[in-house]
Amino acid sequence: MTDILRIGSYELSSRLIVGTGKYPSMEVMRAAHAASGAVMVTVAIRRINLDDPSGKTLLDYIDRENLLVLPNTAGCYTAKDAVLTAQLARELLETDLIKLEVIGDPDTLHPDARETLNAAERLVNEGFTVLPYIGDDPVVCKQLEELGCAAVMPLAAPIGSGLGVCNPYTIRIIKERAKVPVIVDAGVGTASDAAIAMELGVDALLMNTGIAAARDPVLMAEAMKHAVIAGRAAYHAGRMEKRLYANASSPMRDLISTKAI
Amino acid sequence: MKAAINGQDRELPDGTTIAHLLDLLGAPRSGIAVARNEKVVRRADYATSEVRDGDSIEIIKAVAGG
Repeated sequence: MTDILRIGSYELSSRLIVGTGKYPSMEVMRAAHAASGAVMVTVAIRRINLDDPSGKTLLDYIDRENLLVLPNTAGCYTAKDAVLTAQLARELLETDLIKLEVIGDPDTLHPDARETLNAAERLVNEGFTVLPYIGDDPVVCKQLEELGCAAVMPLAAPIGSGLGVCNPYTIRIIKERAKVPVIVDAGVGTASDAAIAMELGVDALLMNTGIAAARDPVLMAEAMKHAVIAGRAAYHAGRMEKRLYANASSPMRDLISTKAI
Repeated sequence: MKAAINGQDRELPDGTTIAHLLDLLGAPRSGIAVARNEKVVRRADYATSEVRDGDSIEIIKAVAGG
């Protein structure tokens, strides 16, 4: 079954988007990217080191023939910094894609909704395909959609926490009301978390630490790939109704019965 | 003249262009992007865009992240 994810003018053949951070080595990262089946990977934007400005950069280790690069504005605390970061990323990578991330709190890394909305409005007006990381707030997600964001990316749990889907209710409400793709971004810790998120009906997952911080990142990347596919299929298949008591699967008629002695 | 390069004050010769600056720093032309006073300098303009006294220059690259 072909199951294409459409984000703005982009068509993705995988519903798993993966990061480039925290891997033990660039070689492991490359192998994990391949094992994940992802067609889009995130990168961050930072100042070059003036004491060591040359040498290989991350981009030398990304298979850009087969992978779309999604730059992020991670680390920004204001709309102004996020907009400049996005503009620099566009010049660097020749892409209009931007994962908008404006942080409001250094401990939880929860997003600042007001700054995110401000930055989203400016970036949409400048022609960016904006994918905002945001709290699991249905109202703010709707506002971002109305501003023209190409998707909304509510968190499942804090970035790097691996806690899984902490509030399935809000994720489900966001998905039911959204007209743009809903991508759960942050909080997935293992394959079952990924399947649970996809079973809620969301369109895709974005994860970094869940793969990169596993004992075997390449194997976890493969597990996440299967979990996303399985969760998506289960959502479409429609789960059975839950029951309090058992309901036998084998016929209860024509049973063998020995006489009691 | 003096300009802030990635937050560090540097003394530069008058008439330094972005292209000169990248050469002075030993920075590559590809794999980076540049902003001057919070405005992106297009790659095609490196050779003609001059750094002025008091400018704030950002030179960035892609790094690992999620």
